[in-house]
Order: sequence, then C-alpha cells, then structure tokens
Amino acid sequence: MTYSADEMMTVAAARALVGRRSCFVGIGLPSTAANLARRLHAPDLVLVYESGTIGARPSRLPLSIGDGELAETADSVVSVPEVFNYWLQPGRIDVGFLGAAQLDRFGNINTTVIGSDYRRPDVRLPGAGGAPEIAASCKEVIVIVRQTRRTFVERVDFVTSVGYGDGRGHRERLRLRGRGPVMVITDLGVFRPDQQTCELTLTEVHPGVRVAAVREATGWDLAVAPSVAVSPPPTDEELTTLRALESA
Amino acid sequence: MAVVVGLAEGIAELVRDGNTVAMEGFTHLIPVAAGHEIIRQGRRDLTLVRMTPDIVYDQMIGAGCARKLVFSWGGNPGVGSLHRLRDAVEHEWPGPLEVDEHSHAGMANRYVAGASGLPFAVLRGYSGTDLVEHTASLATVTCPFTAEVLTAVPALNPDVTVIHAQQADRAGNVQLWGITGVQKEAVLAARRCLVTVEELVSTLDPRPGAIVLPSWVLTAVAVVPRGAHPSYAHGYYDRDNEYYRQWDAISRDRETFTAWLDEHVLSKAPA
Repeated sequence: MTYSADEMMTVAAARALVGRRSCFVGIGLPSTAANLARRLHAPDLVLVYESGTIGARPSRLPLSIGDGELAETADSVVSVPEVFNYWLQPGRIDVGFLGAAQLDRFGNINTTVIGSDYRRPDVRLPGAGGAPEIAASCKEVIVIVRQTRRTFVERVDFVTSVGYGDGRGHRERLRLRGRGPVMVITDLGVFRPDQQTCELTLTEVHPGVRVAAVREATGWDLAVAPSVAVSPPPTDEELTTLRALESA
Repeated sequence: MAVVVGLAEGIAELVRDGNTVAMEGFTHLIPVAAGHEIIRQGRRDLTLVRMTPDIVYDQMIGAGCARKLVFSWGGNPGVGSLHRLRDAVEHEWPGPLEVDEHSHAGMANRYVAGASGLPFAVLRGYSGTDLVEHTASLATVTCPFTAEVLTAVPALNPDVTVIHAQQADRAGNVQLWGITGVQKEAVLAARRCLVTVEELVSTLDPRPGAIVLPSWVLTAVAVVPRGAHPSYAHGYYDRDNEYYRQWDAISRDRETFTAWLDEHVLSKAPA
C-alpha cells in the first residue's frame, strides 16, 4: 500500500511504544500514535491523559484530551490535581509523548511563543499545558513533530519543556528525575541523543528520504550517526488500522 | 446555603467589574452559558482564571471583558489557536491583555493551595523552563526537612468561581460526575461560587466517583439546560466537535467574530 509521510511518522511513533507499560499522552499526533500502538504494537499500554483519565481505551480518536469516551472507557478517572501530583510527579509513568512547535538540537521544546519578545510575540502559541512536567517527570520522553527549518531550529524562542537543556549534565543540575527525550520522530526520520553530548543525532531515515534532505530540513548543523538505518515501511495492517482509527 | 436563582440574576449578584473570576471545567462541563451572560451584562476589567481558556474565554476576551488572563493552555483543543486570545496578546485587540502563565501542574496546585487555606503550594515543576523568567508568580522554596529546592506557586483565591454540573437538588446541593477536572478545588478556593446545572432533581442519587458539593459551600445555583454547550455534560449530551472546528473560521476575523457575538450572544435573551 502507498502511504504518506505523516502515516510513516505515526507508525514509527507507535512502534516506539512496544514494551512500554504506561504513556502520558498529549493531544494530536501523540494521541494518534499511542492509540495505534494500543491496537497493534502494545495492546496492554496504559494511556494516561491529563484530564485525569487513566487507562483510557477510546474506540475512536478523541478531538480533545477530555472527550467523554476517555472517561467512559478508563480504568480510573481522577481529578486534575491528582493526575499531576500523584501519577505524573513521582515518576510512575514510563513514557511521556509530546508534540512541539519548535525543537532544538538538545530536544528542548517550545509551545509558548514565536518571536523574541514574550510580551508582544509574533505568534502566541497555546502554551505549556501539561508538557513541562511530563518532560521532567516521565521516565523517558518521545517527541513527534513534522520537520521543517521552522520547527527544527538552532535555538527555540522559548523553552517551554526541557529536553537536555544546554547539553550533557544539565538535566541532573536541574534535578529533573526523568531521563529526557530518547527519540524524536519526524516525517523524515528518527533522532536519538548522542550518548556523550546528548545532541540529537539522525539514526534512521524513512524509506525514500535522503540524509541530505534531512539536513536541509534542519536549522542547525545536524549530527548524523555513522550508519543510518532505514525505517521499515508501514505494513498493510499498520496502515489499515491507522486509517480506520482516523476515519472512525 | 445556596439560593436557587436565574442565571442573569446570579451573574448580576456574584460577578462584578474588576473581579477575579475562575470558570473551570476541563473540556467537560465548561460553564459557557454563564460566560455568555457575563458578556451580555457587559462586565469589564475581569481577571479571568482558567487552566484551558477554551472557546468561552476566547469569546469573553474578544468581547472586551478581560484585563488579565491566568492560564496554562490557551488553544482550541484538537483544532488550533484561540484567535481572539492571540489577537489580544499579539495586537492588543480589543485591548491589552496581561497574562500570568503557568503549567497545568502549577495551576492545579494553585487551586489546591487556595482550597486548602494555604498561601502557596509546592511541586516539582518549571525547572529549566523560560516560564521561570517570565512568570512573576513563581518562586523556589527550600524543604525544611531535606533542604531540597522545590518550586512554589501562590494560592489562587478567586472572588468568584463559576462551574457547571449535571444536577442540583432543591436545597442547592450539587452533584457532578465524569471528568471533574479541578472544579472542587476551584469552588473551595473561591469567596463566592455560582453553579449552573443541567437539571434540578428532588433527590441526588449518589453516583460512584461523583463529586458532591454541599449547598453550604456554594452561593447560588442556576438551572441552565445545555449550559455547557459546545462542551459536554456526561450523561446529557456529547461534545459538539463541529462547533469547535467552526469556531476557527468565525474567530479568525474581527468582523466575523463581532457579527457572531451580536447574533449569538448579545441579542439572545438570558437562559
């Protein structure tokens, strides 16, 4: 079956959840990927939404993080203070799954403002939501974002959620408990932090994507792994399930 | 004890110009009809508090009710921007809008502190983010037992909190269920509280997992069927996702928005 770059990205993100027990899910691309994973790659995955729905099993994709079906299908519905204080903050959740408007070479995320003046921004973005504490407290973080020079920038205009800060050791100095972003998945490929420097490094390209094209869509001098793998293309089952999910 | 009032009367009595007003409901049970009544009554200089401003605050900001917004996520869920909020921040239309911006965890804990009668709350949060630099209502506190440095956020104690619930009885006791967000904390943190409800029932049948707010912690209750539309009321009606999608085009343009406001809010009779 033929597929779009977005479908490849979502499938790659869903595969990244294999073997995980619990996932704190942001709305949009992360929610689509997490729901696909629960249907195919990680059937026992516990989805936690910031609306307080723990173990939600929606039959179709929610438009918001608080759709009624999330509450109806959840193992437990708790208050918003509880989901952040008791469930997220102590580091119980395996993976935080986040999107981004801008992302830098150390995986720091901006969802607050575009422009240099916070008080009078060029673009006012929605803001932090649950992301800063998801990025800090989940055991690991996966970021899913469409890649262009506008999203992959040398410096984010605003650090809403911390990746590796200004590099190795910064998370430890900030006393953040989670490990930070272990994968960034885009419509072009997959990035992982360098073990020494924590800088995002291209480790996989999606089928048909050249490394040069990834460099071209990156706003900094991109680090590339010595051997870049090619992601397996989406299977028919993955595509069929994803499309059924999106059209339900 | 809460008195049962009409919506217009309740807003007139409880919400005054210059007040700090929290209207909570996390996607579910958003008190939209009450927001429209505040617009109709022409309230000004409000400090609007809400974790997720959503469409109702977009409308109130565009209508000129707000001087300041205290919030943590200001988007149209699953759709995109809140264009009236953006226009106010980016271009000061219809007037300048001061922002006090937090994360969800921070906002939730600010309400918890307010409800608990404490001056501030402690959490692990914000470390390393630029919110630390730009949000004045953030500080650190050292744990007296372990010497660990943690984040402190000040209590929120709104002049008035407005929420929507499924049911009240005739004595003004209120029950809400499904996703109950931060409503209990927002109610208990406030000086005054108005609850709009889907229906008045003779007895509240206890439901597992529901929140019951006794009449004596509330100020007024108003019966407003479909008062949460286009959000939803679990057990009564679903979220009107199409309205949220359509709001994007309506709100993008000042003139379209103003015409919408005239037709759908200002010229309507109070519920």
